[in-house]
Amino acid sequence: MHEMSLCEGILDVLQQQAKQQQFVRVKTVWLEIGKLSSVEPDALRFGFDMVMQGSLAESATLEIIEVDGQAWCFACQQQIIIEHRYDGCPLCGAYQLQINDGEQMRIKELEVA
Amino acid sequence: MCIDCGCSAGDAKIVGHSHDHDHSHSHDHDHDHDHDHHHENRLSPAHAHAPTINPARMVKIEQDILGKNNQYAQVNRDYFHQHKIFTLNLVSSPGSGKTSLLTKTIELLKAELSISVIEGDQQTSNDAERIRATGVKAVQINTGKGCHLDAHGIGHAIETLAPEDNSLLFIENVGNLVCPSAFDLGEAHKVVILSVTEGEDKPLKYPDMFAAADIMLLNKIDLLPHVDFDVAQCIEYARRVNPRIKVLQVSARTGEGLVVWLQWLKASHSVALIG
Repeated sequence: MHEMSLCEGILDVLQQQAKQQQFVRVKTVWLEIGKLSSVEPDALRFGFDMVMQGSLAESATLEIIEVDGQAWCFACQQQIIIEHRYDGCPLCGAYQLQINDGEQMRIKELEVA
Repeated sequence: MCIDCGCSAGDAKIVGHSHDHDHSHSHDHDHDHDHDHHHENRLSPAHAHAPTINPARMVKIEQDILGKNNQYAQVNRDYFHQHKIFTLNLVSSPGSGKTSLLTKTIELLKAELSISVIEGDQQTSNDAERIRATGVKAVQINTGKGCHLDAHGIGHAIETLAPEDNSLLFIENVGNLVCPSAFDLGEAHKVVILSVTEGEDKPLKYPDMFAAADIMLLNKIDLLPHVDFDVAQCIEYARRVNPRIKVLQVSARTGEGLVVWLQWLKASHSVALIG
């Protein structure tokens, strides 16, 4: 359940940004979560509601933008999309893949007041 | 007093160092996710809300959620580099024989290298005591309900432990094949330990950890005649998620395979000394 720690990390960023960018309420948080990151979106939503209670982001809406896992297949020399880390190339079946997208866990944007 | 974060965790009691969160945890709210997603409107710079006292506005953030941890990890990494401390982060599920492997490694290596250990567990100082019994320095971090060590806690543990220059530092993470994979502690390598009493498909079940590790130690190989564990299949699975992972087969109990592990440790430590 490290999603709780991640939510505490999100709250840290919100509090720091509130000072820098002069806002007092967070209404919506957009996260970009890669499908290959070690994050379970449902657990993150659950943790988010709990961690944000009593904070500047209490009752804020959490919007999760899921990003596909992408990799370069060394065997067929192409960019491919994979669902899981253990997937082989959907075109040729090889496991010699270099993952190059879908591992991110980013706070992208906020709607604030 | 911590220079980086201002928290008052400078004393020797890493055990019990915690950040309290006084908010209540009420679970009776509904989780209703039926709302529409109107990104195109909200993201549009031209959108406008009805004027209020505090008009809503959009703020670009573009920050890694783990950014703070990564900053602390970089501070730790710089410290290790500056003091030429070769640091390994040992990760595994509970019961893989991590601590036994560590005590055995220390026994075999302590005459040649200065070694210290940071132990992570949710509760108890049992493992730090086992390590101290070998004669090397160890501190225990109790994470309480936390499921992993983080770079901030490691920074404080380093202050308490004061590992010697040119030494070898082992961080034994909380037994958990999920969460520690995401948290950089500033280590040179994550080493994942898997025992043959577990399933050979663990690398597929917990791919993030095997992808994050540079080395897999396959432990308890003395038990292979007694268990249904397909070594070749396990290694093949590990390489599916991480084609570059090094695999060493060892037994902490009989000492089999430890020579190669010690050679790797000494060689990597020598490389760390070069800088």
